[in-house]
Amino acid sequence: MSIKYGLLALLERAPMYGYQLRAEFERSTGATWPLNIGQVYTTLSRLHRDGLVEETGESDEQGKVVYRLTDSGHAELTGWFATPVTSDDRPRDELAIKVALAVTTPGVDARAVVQAQRTATVRHLQELTRLKTRADEDADLAWLLVLDSMIFRAEAEVRWLDHSETRLARRPPRPAATPAVESDEQEVVQ
Amino acid sequence: MTEYALELRDVTRVHGSGETAVNALHGVSLRVRAGQLVAVMGPSGSGKSTLLHLAGGLDTPTEGVVEVEGNRLDEQNRAGLAALRRRGIGYVFQDLNLIPALTAVENVALPRELDGVRVRVARAEAMTALEDVGVANLAERFPDEMSGGQQQRVAIARALVGPRRLLLADEPTGALDSHTGEAVLRTIRARCDAGAAGLLVTHEARHAAWADEIVFLRDGRIVDETGAMPAADSLLGAQ
Repeated sequence: MSIKYGLLALLERAPMYGYQLRAEFERSTGATWPLNIGQVYTTLSRLHRDGLVEETGESDEQGKVVYRLTDSGHAELTGWFATPVTSDDRPRDELAIKVALAVTTPGVDARAVVQAQRTATVRHLQELTRLKTRADEDADLAWLLVLDSMIFRAEAEVRWLDHSETRLARRPPRPAATPAVESDEQEVVQ
Repeated sequence: MTEYALELRDVTRVHGSGETAVNALHGVSLRVRAGQLVAVMGPSGSGKSTLLHLAGGLDTPTEGVVEVEGNRLDEQNRAGLAALRRRGIGYVFQDLNLIPALTAVENVALPRELDGVRVRVARAEAMTALEDVGVANLAERFPDEMSGGQQQRVAIARALVGPRRLLLADEPTGALDSHTGEAVLRTIRARCDAGAAGLLVTHEARHAAWADEIVFLRDGRIVDETGAMPAADSLLGAQ
């Protein structure tokens, strides 16, 4: 996702100044996605160029402009909400790749990699849960939904790590990594 | 003198003997302070239920020591152990926690009446315990007139009624949906924040995450632990 849709969604509520957009964006995502004001104005000027937002003609005492959504901006936003996020939109899963490499790289204890990651992920889960206990069920609904999403994702990661651990434990002892490896290195692998 | 509500020192539990001996727990050490919630995470067969039974004096270790509020369980006679178990320790299981023929307040008052406390006093304590978990309005309901989540909160009230300060919980969110399960964990967390000591065993990371400290149990051994959480303020400072 880009900042673009975040700003379009906020402008759907009401016309806003750039700094208002930034504040509202952070309020809705609980500061998990900090924006700087420069990013906001760069994005706004692009949206303006593409005809998705327009200036209302009002401005504050510092000459800051108020923006509102155009009809095509509204259509763009509606289309975005109606389109499910696909996994292609997400970055590659570094952890899965790391564990996969740990399994196939001589001298690496894949179970230790899994265990260390699980402890770290559970610790992260504790921190998220703590933030949740401080949130107000009514006032912070948007933030709570974002937190829950992070919590469920971390939980899924722990479950996958547990599953991987079991798979690794069941794996028969691995034959020598490559015939060319020195014998003392092979002992490290085992 | 001790600062721990519960302490396990190098506890081993072997089921059976000789060739067929099974090591359910192996050299496990664990401490829970008042005001602290500790979670034990592990898959089925990892020994987490054995650990909870040993902590509650429902089972005896083959080796090692279990202390509840500074009292070694192995040094108690039968009556002493029964009294410790009844007065010091509260249990919450996955389900079947409440007696169906008794109302919520009667269920919570029951352990106090068994302690020999007068009925009126026991009832007053039960009402306080129900208030503490936010379900005082359900006092006159029977278990089958309450939702699963409400029943679990009543069970938590019963576990901590009167002077009881140690809560042992075995998968207390059982078959509850995720929102209700969270409410149960929130209640346990709140009771620990109010001074109780809690030991929670679960296979779910999302539930374990409510604890101050999490230990990972695999094949009867602690393989890793998160250590104590940083103080809440330092966490916010990092935000």
